[in-house]
Amino acid sequence: MKHHRVLRIVSKLLIPFIMLFALYVQFHGDFGPGGGFQAGVILASAFILYGLIFGLENARKVAPPAVVTRLVAAGVLIYAATGYAGLLKGGNFLDYGVLGATPVAGQHLGILIIEFGVGTTVAASMITIFFLFAGRER
Amino acid sequence: MNTLLAHLPALQVVVPMVAAPLCLLAGRAGLAWIIAFLAAAFATVAAALLAYQTLHHGPISYAMGGWAPPWGIEYAVDTANAFILLLVAAIACVVLVFCRTSIPKEIRAGREHLFYCMYTLCLTGLLGIAITGDAFNVFVFLEISSLSSYALIAMGGRRKSLTAAFQYLIMGTIGATFFLIGVGLLYMMTGTLNMADLSARIPELQDSRPVLAAFAFITVGLALKAALFPLHLWLPNAYAYAPSGVSAFMAATATKVSLYVLLRFTFTIFGSEFAFGNLPLLWVLLVPAVLAMFAGSFSAIFQTDIKRMLAYSSVAQIGYITLAIALANPAGVQAAMIHIFNHGLMKAALFCAMGCIFYRIGSTRIDQMAGLGRQMPWTFAAIVTGGLSLLGVPLTAGYISKWYLVQAALQTDLWWLVILIALSSMLALVYVWRLVEALYFQEPVPGREAVREAPLSMLLPTLLLAGANIYFGLDTRLPVAMTENAALLLFQGPGG
Repeated sequence: MKHHRVLRIVSKLLIPFIMLFALYVQFHGDFGPGGGFQAGVILASAFILYGLIFGLENARKVAPPAVVTRLVAAGVLIYAATGYAGLLKGGNFLDYGVLGATPVAGQHLGILIIEFGVGTTVAASMITIFFLFAGRER
Repeated sequence: MNTLLAHLPALQVVVPMVAAPLCLLAGRAGLAWIIAFLAAAFATVAAALLAYQTLHHGPISYAMGGWAPPWGIEYAVDTANAFILLLVAAIACVVLVFCRTSIPKEIRAGREHLFYCMYTLCLTGLLGIAITGDAFNVFVFLEISSLSSYALIAMGGRRKSLTAAFQYLIMGTIGATFFLIGVGLLYMMTGTLNMADLSARIPELQDSRPVLAAFAFITVGLALKAALFPLHLWLPNAYAYAPSGVSAFMAATATKVSLYVLLRFTFTIFGSEFAFGNLPLLWVLLVPAVLAMFAGSFSAIFQTDIKRMLAYSSVAQIGYITLAIALANPAGVQAAMIHIFNHGLMKAALFCAMGCIFYRIGSTRIDQMAGLGRQMPWTFAAIVTGGLSLLGVPLTAGYISKWYLVQAALQTDLWWLVILIALSSMLALVYVWRLVEALYFQEPVPGREAVREAPLSMLLPTLLLAGANIYFGLDTRLPVAMTENAALLLFQGPGG
């Protein structure tokens, strides 16, 4: 699609805003609609758009598959680590109330980290799925 | 130490859960195996401790995230699910030892760490289904275990593995969706997802149509996941074309966990009054169960691939378990749980033995394994032990299962079931004998070099599982004590 100038320029313009919106949905999730899953999908869509317009090879340079695969695991680990942190601080598994100075602050911090883990895994999974389908030789 | 014990219900599930991404990050087969093994070993110890606690100190409740039930997700452990946890974790642990040598030969090189990632994820799912006291949480873990098992089956090198995995994916998704629809209907009517809370609220809504529909959806969905005849069509291919370690693990645990959920929903949540009194669940389960016993065994007799034969035999054995559930008395529930345990031991031993044979000759076709019994005496011994247990010969675990099943049937007015149980066991004799005859009494395939016994790292877990069939045929204290208590608990419900 390299010769489609309009598509190229418009997508270049759009990609930063898509990413910014993903971050907004990610970190605004505990005040309004949104959260890790939606943010992850939106963030991944930026990479997928890049891959569609500029080709799979370039997309793989931007997001190396080896790194993306590790991020899938890292997100789950962030989630689990938050759960274990609750255990170590004397609460039950995934009890974020004990993470901060006050239970409310703790809940706030806990859900923020948890959602970050979800966002990481979802974005990385979506990109991996795109790579797998787009990379099929036939 | 005490705090560790207090958090055991959570750790039971989340330790294998963390092991899965760590296996992926490890990147190398050896390291990933160690991580997976440590997690499975921890799960086994945790399950044993939980079993001990529930047996001696009564049920345990754990509030996930500190949110008290019924609002939060509750992990509720009693003897019934502690028994299932113990079976799942122990089998996973033993089969994992087997996988270390067998898997590199059966899946594409460089994917071993992904295999262990999926294996621990599947273990997480199965343990989660068993431990949770929240109906929606069951669905979540059902999906975790199902999705990972589709991937595990697809890894089994052959082209047909992919179609088998796809077939299972379609059927499994339908089953899970049916279950979810049922849970959704229950939530709509009762406003709760907690199992104990559900069982307290359902009696007053017994005659409402959504609750009836929920019961139907949940029963059919779980029957699909448990491969109850005639919803078993995904099972033979899935077990036949999966890597042998996966066949052993799944045959021993996956369908069993679904049967446990069926027990839990039928007896504790809906109650036997509702299911068997108001509704004809007896016949709904009894007819497919008896058909499964015969159709499964008949199909097994005519298979040329022994893994497929064992898979059809599983269909028949699931028939026995369902038959025991359908009897709807405490003795029947106990018989079902004992057979869940014992059948897990037999099938794990037999599939592992097939894995040993596959490792040496690269096939599990019966004509290829002629005369192998003399070349691989220990593997042959494991097959004979597993086969005898499958038949229900005295001194094996299978005999204990059949004994309790017959006892439970005699307590009802369906005494003629005993004849059917005996007849279908005769069919098992036919296919087990066919295997033994090929292995021991036939001349080896001409032109093939004699093979050696399977490597020790595969043989030991196989013999351990085969030995367990003998052990639990002689010393029945553990399964009997746990299932006796479990049957009573399941019958009275959590409130009672």
